Amino acid sequence: MDDRAGQWDYDLLVIGGGSGGLACAKEAAQLGRKVAVVDYVEPSPRGTRWGLGGTCVNVGCIPKKLMHQAALLGGLIRDAPHYGWEVAQPVPHDWRKMAEAVQNHVKSLNWGHRVQLHDRKVKYFNVKAGFVDEHTVRGVAKGGKEILLSADHIVIATGGRPRYPAHIEGALEYGITSDDIFWLKESPGKTLVVGASYVALECAGFLTGIGLDTTVMMRSIPLRGFDQQMSSLVTEHMASHGTRFLRGCTPSQVRRLPDGQLQVTWEDHTTGKEGTGTFNTVLWAVGRVPDTRSLNLEKAGVDTSPSTQKILVDSREATSVPHIYAIGDVVEGRPELTPTAVMAGRLLAQRLFGGSSDLMDYDKVPTTVFTPLEYGCVGLSEEEAVARHGQERVEVYHAHYKPLEFTVPGRDASQCYVKMVCLREPPQLVLGLHFLGPNAGEVTQGFALGIKCGASYVQVMQTVGIHPTCSEEVVKLRISKRSGLDPTVTGCG
Amino acid sequence: KSSKSPKSPGPGKAGDAPNRRPGHVRGARVASPPERRARLASPGPSSSSEAREELRRRLLGLIERGGVVIFSKSYCPHSTRVKELFSSLGAECYVLELDQVDDGAKIQEVLLEITNQKTVPNIFVNKVHVGGCDQTFQAYQSGLLQKLLHEDSAYDYDLIVIGGGSGGLSCAKEAAILGKKVMVLDFVVPSPQGTSWGLGGTCVNVGCVPKKLMHQAALLGQALHDSRKFGWEYNQQVTHNWETMTKAIQNHIRSLNFGYGLSLREKAVAYVNSYGEFVEHHKIKATNKKGQETYYTAAQFVIATGERPRYLGIQGDKEYCITSDDLFSLPYCPGKTLVVGASYVALECAGFLAGFGLDVTVMVRSILLRGFDQEMAEKVGSYMEQHGVRFLWKFIPVMVQQLEKGSPGKLKVLAKSTEGTETIEEVYNTVLLAIGRDSCTRKIGLEKIGVKINEKSGKIPVNDVEQTSVPYVYAVGDILEGKPELTPVAIQSGKLLARRLFGASLEKCDYINVPTTVFTPLEYGCCGLSEEKAIEVYKKENLEIYHTLFWPLEWTVAGRENNTCYAKIICNKFDHDRVIGFHILGPNAGEVTQGFAAAMKCGLTKQLLDDTIGIHPTCGEVFTTLEITKSSGLDITQKGC
Repeated sequence: MDDRAGQWDYDLLVIGGGSGGLACAKEAAQLGRKVAVVDYVEPSPRGTRWGLGGTCVNVGCIPKKLMHQAALLGGLIRDAPHYGWEVAQPVPHDWRKMAEAVQNHVKSLNWGHRVQLHDRKVKYFNVKAGFVDEHTVRGVAKGGKEILLSADHIVIATGGRPRYPAHIEGALEYGITSDDIFWLKESPGKTLVVGASYVALECAGFLTGIGLDTTVMMRSIPLRGFDQQMSSLVTEHMASHGTRFLRGCTPSQVRRLPDGQLQVTWEDHTTGKEGTGTFNTVLWAVGRVPDTRSLNLEKAGVDTSPSTQKILVDSREATSVPHIYAIGDVVEGRPELTPTAVMAGRLLAQRLFGGSSDLMDYDKVPTTVFTPLEYGCVGLSEEEAVARHGQERVEVYHAHYKPLEFTVPGRDASQCYVKMVCLREPPQLVLGLHFLGPNAGEVTQGFALGIKCGASYVQVMQTVGIHPTCSEEVVKLRISKRSGLDPTVTGCG
Repeated sequence: KSSKSPKSPGPGKAGDAPNRRPGHVRGARVASPPERRARLASPGPSSSSEAREELRRRLLGLIERGGVVIFSKSYCPHSTRVKELFSSLGAECYVLELDQVDDGAKIQEVLLEITNQKTVPNIFVNKVHVGGCDQTFQAYQSGLLQKLLHEDSAYDYDLIVIGGGSGGLSCAKEAAILGKKVMVLDFVVPSPQGTSWGLGGTCVNVGCVPKKLMHQAALLGQALHDSRKFGWEYNQQVTHNWETMTKAIQNHIRSLNFGYGLSLREKAVAYVNSYGEFVEHHKIKATNKKGQETYYTAAQFVIATGERPRYLGIQGDKEYCITSDDLFSLPYCPGKTLVVGASYVALECAGFLAGFGLDVTVMVRSILLRGFDQEMAEKVGSYMEQHGVRFLWKFIPVMVQQLEKGSPGKLKVLAKSTEGTETIEEVYNTVLLAIGRDSCTRKIGLEKIGVKINEKSGKIPVNDVEQTSVPYVYAVGDILEGKPELTPVAIQSGKLLARRLFGASLEKCDYINVPTTVFTPLEYGCCGLSEEKAIEVYKKENLEIYHTLFWPLEWTVAGRENNTCYAKIICNKFDHDRVIGFHILGPNAGEVTQGFAAAMKCGLTKQLLDDTIGIHPTCGEVFTTLEITKSSGLDITQKGC
């Protein structure tokens, strides 16, 4: 027992003011505890920085969904004449105007988070934190001023930052990442997106959607970890809407040409040849690394994974040091999603200070990839279901459908697809749901609950549809893959 | 259509699996789930004589459909012998195993009343009571049984469906899939304005489909407005062209009409474009456009004639007003429009017309969206009001007069207050009546065969297997008394009805927790009970209501109003906070509501909502973080972000 017990500055100190950290801090304050949050945004290599709120608010979900919305509106503008609106085509897009609007919204959110902390009497320090010992953290402000903060409980919620492929010549000097794209004042122009993560595909999707010449370079498969049939439909849709794909390629060099353009050289592993192209912008979206290096975790004795540098925790989110916890993207083996971090942070505070014993359930977490055609999912992918239960014990129901709104403008619905992965044995427990189509996020949310409730295929089929919607296709899934029948939906019945 | 089974099945085979019939014998037991035993009668607290009468009607329904009906017990060797006999004759049987249904004993009692025979097997062939095992074999040996079996073709069809809308078509197609000879009669009586349309019924032609497309067109107007804020640049004033839109929508509808015709042909359903009318038992008169009459008979009938818009019965209404039957194919822009009524049809139409930039007034007699949650209805209305729709409260029209012909012309409407003597007069280009719908049940000869209707509403009362007062006549869709008037409900009940009629299943249509969405400018999705109904059923003190206002992310940058979208759930405190009502007002409400409806089927509770992780950033996620109860009285407005 530390002899300073009971004399800490704070009951709880949260390192990192992102979704998880703020939720945890606010909840603890609500429960009457003395709480502090330290947050500091290390500028990106391009010099981009932002305010309180973490990745989601500043360089993640929020600006991404808004730019995705901008791209969707572009599609709607093209639909509009078919619906009788007399808009002269094509309509040009002004990046600056969009970026400014998006950035203003993000700034208002930063401010909102500050106000919320203040309202709940959470002390906020804009300092960079490192452990001094297992109860003490040193904070260094921008000007170099230092502060020591001690706390009974400490939560690490520093999140992650985009990975730079430092081994590639010119990558660091000339490339940008998702930390920068949303804060660009000027249009990125012709863009090469390197990577096949959801970040890569979402960025490439909205860039294409607002009219930019966009190429995605991927080494192997898109959306690793997601259902692969759905993933290939996602990229197929993007390709048919103008995004270029360079598959089986890895960049080897980025050079700046005298005219300011970037010349990228890559290896094409299928042909064995070298390829080259010029772009205005190169965006790396090749993964994220946890922000743990500057924390001096060894001073507190917090263990990390040697391979990923992520923090190791138990089911109570406790690290190798019992009173130090970690939540969010910085933790090994957790889904990197805002709502999971928020819930984990809240539940942690309730366990620490509210007498609760509820643990965070990381199973069946729904998510949506906001590619031009959105992909929502919850539960197991088809591959994973087969791996766990065996091909013979899994039944997959599926349908190719056409959203009603696609008919009038004659939009191609080839990739609008839904599938439900079930156990084959009655009553056919639902293992996973995968939905590709407009508003996939909205569609998936409710079904995620159903699946959490242990819904069976039979129960979902007994649900009456809402007509005419896309989500009703889920409750009308009658064709199993095993039957080999054509899963194309025709008419309304 | 079905292969002959072997003349004599192996002894062991029939012995050890008496339920598993070789070949094509179809029994009701097939689909009864092992954990939930089937019941032929409806459960419920009705008096025993009523229940007995009900059961009798059902049994007669079974017998009257013709074919071979065997009341059996799965372990009874005599029953097995009889089943094998029919199987060897290649006859399809409807088998009800009385030891495998809950009300088997009662069925046996009623059978005793009908046939004077208490034992099983009890056999009917084409409505004729043959008797038990011995009598059946005697009839077989004398050749009587074969003769009875061949009287199967006494009727032209196994099933005639009157009405080619959502419910009728789904029922007809399903019956055809089960190998039955099926006819669909569909005939659209032109509206007073002369509008008519093709196969598919209300939803496809003058309902859900065109309305959602016009709603989408109106949403695109909003999207165009938003798009400037998102960086899209155009300066011209964007105007809306009614003709372009309507033509595109009508083209889509025609392709759907064609698709329906095709799918009936593919399934070998006879489709006759004639008006159907009962003339005597099992017989119907079909009158085509030219007035030619043809008669058809069938063992069973399904009435699925749906509803048509109601008129006011005032001077000038049928001459000059239009209804939703006419609006979607109107060849010209309706211009300044008065919408009369406060149904969802009225509000949806008013909403999209206003979205095109038209001057729209809604005249409301009493309340908006009767039957829906009134707090939600009020919010739907106030959003419309803030977006340019004018409401005239507590007025009803008394006269419509044409001032000028034209496309559109000019109509003078005189209206009077429902509360006083005040009258108002105003000129509109178009008057759209949306004051309700009437069932098409009064001119189809139901009285000739004794099918009871509710004389006041025209609706047809049915039991829980959609059977009318005449055992061989069933009904589905909007004409059912006390059932939701929704396409997916009609489709589901039609399909399940066909499966039950032709022995593929015992599953009944579940009308509980049917979700729906009103496609007003701000969409309103709901499932389960309204707040009023919940209070009535469960008492206010037993409920906890959680609610919040929310601001969709897409609305922020677009500069649309905060504190407008609203989410509410109603929980039963004494049943683990089970969610008994779900309500959302916001964009894509239909897409959001569907999954929650599925979750409610699985017994959704507040705890489960809290335990579920949101999908960020969506509107649907708001339900996973509901904290404020209505009873707390706490403020739910969102300040800033």
